[in-house]
Amino acid sequence: MRIGRWMRLAGTVLVLTLAAAACGGDDEGGDGGQVNEGASFAEGTTMARLQQEGAVTIGTKFDQPLFGLKNLEGKPEGFDVEIGKLIAGELGIAEDKITWVESVSANREPFIQQDKVDFVVATYTINDKRKEVVDFAGPYYEAGQDIMVAKGNPEGIGGPDDLAGKKVCSVTGSTPAENIRTNYPDADLTEFDVYSKCAEALKNGQVQAVTTDNVILLGLISQDEESFELVGEPFTKEPYGIGVKKGDTEFRNFINDTLQKAYDDGRWLAAWDATAGKVAPEKPTPPTIDRY
Amino acid sequence: MDAVLDNLDTFRQGFITTLALTVVSTVLALVLGTLLAAMRVSPVPTLRAAGATYVEVVRNTPLTLVFFFAVFVLPQLDIRLSFFVFAVIAVTVYHAAFFCEAVRSGINAVGVGQAEAARSIGLTFTQSMRLVVLPQAFRTVVPPLINVVIALTKNTSIAAAFGVVELTAVATRLANANSDAVIAIFLGSAVCYLALTLPSGWLAGRLERRVAVAR
Repeated sequence: MRIGRWMRLAGTVLVLTLAAAACGGDDEGGDGGQVNEGASFAEGTTMARLQQEGAVTIGTKFDQPLFGLKNLEGKPEGFDVEIGKLIAGELGIAEDKITWVESVSANREPFIQQDKVDFVVATYTINDKRKEVVDFAGPYYEAGQDIMVAKGNPEGIGGPDDLAGKKVCSVTGSTPAENIRTNYPDADLTEFDVYSKCAEALKNGQVQAVTTDNVILLGLISQDEESFELVGEPFTKEPYGIGVKKGDTEFRNFINDTLQKAYDDGRWLAAWDATAGKVAPEKPTPPTIDRY
Repeated sequence: MDAVLDNLDTFRQGFITTLALTVVSTVLALVLGTLLAAMRVSPVPTLRAAGATYVEVVRNTPLTLVFFFAVFVLPQLDIRLSFFVFAVIAVTVYHAAFFCEAVRSGINAVGVGQAEAARSIGLTFTQSMRLVVLPQAFRTVVPPLINVVIALTKNTSIAAAFGVVELTAVATRLANANSDAVIAIFLGSAVCYLALTLPSGWLAGRLERRVAVAR
């Protein structure tokens, strides 16, 4: 028994040592890199300009497993990245002509407004407050707040109502944490600064559940499928859109058309299968595009 | 500014948690630190080595790592406590090393003759420490001790990243919820920290004048 404990301790130390090396894979993404050579666009549009330049700058996350995560070769990979390549491809721009710019949550709007990027694909939830400063194409995926539990779900948690009296972990001040605090006050909320600590606490049994957007949870699960599982009953709607400059309706329509094409010919699903689909429990259906 | 005033109750809860964490940890760390200092000047070589090792290892490890070990490694040894208690352990263990060194410098400032005289009238090592050396030592080290207390107060903010909802955690949460009042909210939390640390400094000044050794 004692030896078992010390072995686990030794294991933890080993894991810590290897942590830096362990996060990152070398899988190539899907076939989002098809280049549409014969595309032609009306004069003066963003599409024509980008096609002429033969290069595009896309903002995405670099620290979001399965959606936008920079691998050890320094290239981002994930579902958002595949969607970005898909759009670039329709503009006639090859994968190696894309410049990826890290866009954390706080600097997505400024990057679009200041033309630092041509568009943003970065687990970017469409909401009215953001629509005041940028425009959104899509949504190309609908995420939702979900719950991650220990493998086998020993507490039998089936949804947020089952969290009453249980310790549930999220990140300080995040939208999911505030949702629990406001709408499920019986849950015992524990907050850390990053989700990886929540995962560690769940593994140790210090909390019984971790809650945030299902895709973030999937990312955590992909790194330790032996210990965690997803409840799989999202209880909020987080439609992810592609942020473009406010007022650039032509570009927004073009991206919407591109997404619709990718839905119809299976490239969207192929991109999903090559990235987040590897750990997601079920295949998503493409959300209806909101052409406002 | 409204964001701060509307959330005074939340601030108050965070303030109380920070205060509790500071007071409990300070008392425990001062006791542990004094014991360590006594170990480091004791006549027993094993104790001296143990005390020195503790101080060198803990003092030279970042507090965040001490927290990490307390919060995530102790549970693997089947030690199950609340996150607040883990935070108290981490803060205590870390600052005991600094208290130890402050107290030890005080002990070294007490003339050797005092300890020799105490031993020569038949007091044991423990008695001479307790009755003769430490009471004089503490008087000379009030300022450095308060330095450690102030550092400890501010260092409790690291607990925010380890599951304790204290001042910094509250400020982070409110700042995320009120993105138009971030500066006001963090200024508010700074004022709360000042409300803890400024009185300690002031108290230290008074205490120092009262107990100063006339030499």
